[in-house]
Amino acid sequence: MEFDLENIDIAWCPGCGNFPLLTALKGALAELAIKPQNLVIVSGIGQAAKAPHYLKTNFFNGLHGRSLPPAAAIKAANPGLVVIAESGDGDMYGEGGNHFIHAIRRNPDITCLIHNNMVYALTKGQASPTSQLGMKTPIQVNGVVEEPINPIALAVAMGASFVARAFAGDIEQTKGIIKQAIGHHGFAIVDIFQPCVSFNKINTYAWFKEHTYYLDGNHNPKDRAAAFRKAVEREKMPLGLIYLGEPRPTFEENVAAQGPLWAKKTDQAILSKLIQDKK
Amino acid sequence: MSRVRGGTNSTSFRISSRRVDAFIDRIDLLIQLDDGRTKHLAKRISAATLVLAADIFNAKALELGNKILANVVAAGVVVGLLRLEPELLTAQVKSYFAKKSEELIGQNVAAALAGIEIGRDLLAKGTIGLDLQPDPAVQNDIILSGAEAIALGALAGGCNFVAAYPMTPSTGIFTYLAQHAAECGLIAEQAEDEIAAINMALGAWYAGARAIVATAGGGFALMVEGISLSGMLETPVVVSLGQRPAPATGLPTRTEQGDLNFALYSGHGEFPRIILAPGSLDEAFDLSQKAFNLADKFQVPVIILSDQYLADSYYNIKPFDLAGVQVENNIIKTAEGYQRYKLTADGLSPRGVPGYGDGLVGVDSDEHDETGHITEDLELRAKMVDKRLAKMGEIMKAVVPPLLIGSDNYQTLVVGWGSNRNIIAEALKVIGDDKIAFLHFSQVYPLPPSTREYLVKAKKVILIENNATGQFGQLIKLQTGYDIQNKILKYNGLPFSVEELVQRLRALEL
Repeated sequence: MEFDLENIDIAWCPGCGNFPLLTALKGALAELAIKPQNLVIVSGIGQAAKAPHYLKTNFFNGLHGRSLPPAAAIKAANPGLVVIAESGDGDMYGEGGNHFIHAIRRNPDITCLIHNNMVYALTKGQASPTSQLGMKTPIQVNGVVEEPINPIALAVAMGASFVARAFAGDIEQTKGIIKQAIGHHGFAIVDIFQPCVSFNKINTYAWFKEHTYYLDGNHNPKDRAAAFRKAVEREKMPLGLIYLGEPRPTFEENVAAQGPLWAKKTDQAILSKLIQDKK
Repeated sequence: MSRVRGGTNSTSFRISSRRVDAFIDRIDLLIQLDDGRTKHLAKRISAATLVLAADIFNAKALELGNKILANVVAAGVVVGLLRLEPELLTAQVKSYFAKKSEELIGQNVAAALAGIEIGRDLLAKGTIGLDLQPDPAVQNDIILSGAEAIALGALAGGCNFVAAYPMTPSTGIFTYLAQHAAECGLIAEQAEDEIAAINMALGAWYAGARAIVATAGGGFALMVEGISLSGMLETPVVVSLGQRPAPATGLPTRTEQGDLNFALYSGHGEFPRIILAPGSLDEAFDLSQKAFNLADKFQVPVIILSDQYLADSYYNIKPFDLAGVQVENNIIKTAEGYQRYKLTADGLSPRGVPGYGDGLVGVDSDEHDETGHITEDLELRAKMVDKRLAKMGEIMKAVVPPLLIGSDNYQTLVVGWGSNRNIIAEALKVIGDDKIAFLHFSQVYPLPPSTREYLVKAKKVILIENNATGQFGQLIKLQTGYDIQNKILKYNGLPFSVEELVQRLRALEL
């Protein structure tokens, strides 16, 4: 496949939910006929954030929690690029929570993939912002007591442009949702349930399968109230496109980004005029 | 002071027949717009100061129908005293109130003219004597602030992206760029915080933009992870760091040179950087322009270290000359198999950007191989450290030398950096001793190699800094071994004044 990278030493544990997720992503990119040269994957830090090292792409693997600000800037600096921000739940919702909120407001035309395994895997098993109440860890010795963040409800409440959820255990459906997200014009959020086989013994493949269901034609993603009702379902959580916001201008459109900035020349005449204006 | 409409504030104007560009204490004419609230100026008022009390303006304003006109009356008085053409002021008043009603504009014009009469009267009665001659040589001058000079310099350096979070004293830079974004094709974004701002700037540079972030110490504290990231990614970034008194919130709208060490040591790990410290509006423009070329060439963070005094001071200068201004862009078109971190002798790897050429451009905050992919190869780690640090050798070749003001044949050398330049230069002019020279540094890191040579030549060296611990002196000692014994330091939030420096220099038995 076009996006396969040779001779790589993957750091993910055997059976990790990141593997099927990567397969789904590569499949989506191939089916959308995106050229690796035209794609930038921006990630933060965490097991999920290593993803861009495992496929053929341009990449900006930055700091923990900081994938969204550079991703928005890359898109604005060169709107012709396909930009994907990809990181885990700790990165996007914890360290980068503020950027997540403001990226929804900013609405860059990028895709935001969150590998949500409900645990900190890179640092070996502490609670994440999406860890479920009661989950015991070496730090949360009496179990998690803080209410987990509900990224879908948050995104719907903020009026995000595109809000979806997927389950990495289902490659075909995940691929389809990612394709839809990349094709969407505006900030597209896909929270992807991804089992961590080493540090999360609660939210396993079987658990996710049992606690999720796919939305069908009866759900209207343009109905914000209906989307919010879906977002707060707990016993069985919906998968698929949950909310589609009203079309609104993207970040690049709002800042009037034109063409790649690497090709832009400084206009000496304008500069002279600005200097003369100070007379 | 951080005042919007409440409380008392003051603005100093220095008007002279010759060029002036430094802060002085002396007040010849004090115009009060509020009754008697001049306690903060007490030390600057002498028997020779003419105080025009608020009553004069208030009475005239009331006579014209509205107390709110008092400030325009006051402006008129100044114009009258300076024997300026009334149209200069009335045209300004009309344009300032252009969106208001005819009636209101008429009232303000009347207030201006009434003020001019008062001013002329004061001259005629001999209450005040002013002998100022207009100098035609300055007719084509521009007048602007340090913040605007930095912003214009950035534009001249090819800046096409700014991300910032408002913070005094750097908001002016951001404001200027945002207001001219459309005509310059620049992208301006107010980030949610300074962390986002610098990470955006790095993303923008990665994609081929030339980006700046503008902040003060507190915001820079949040950006520090991004400085380290710039060091590791070898993705350039330009930071305009306007200093103000700290720690923490400090005195938000006052001045200090207290963040040199912070800028110098910001960011975890070992990597090269460049710190520029403009001392005048011309240097603010030139060095801000140069900052982009340096960042682009050496792929390092470049910090423009200014302060509230420079950012908020206005004076007239000759228009910036664009003749020698070059935007140096070192971006290459990549070929298949491109390696972003190709190991080279000088440490500089040709920089490609995504979407330009057949190669793939990968950058990683982890230690990485030549293609940018994460690595645990420890031999390669050492090579990558060496590669990054090797750039320092190249950076040294481009160092801005210090400026010697005064005779080469000095016995006493006064050393200063950054925004103190004009104040120190004028103080030495007042002292008028040709055995004293002034060495001004507008690049503070890496230090120019000639530094030690200048110091050892002097019998006596005096360090002048707007901070409490003599941070530049520490840096000089660390880098050259030369320990400057005589220090003139100030850290109450105000810049030095010319008179104060004259007095403190004389006290050191020059």
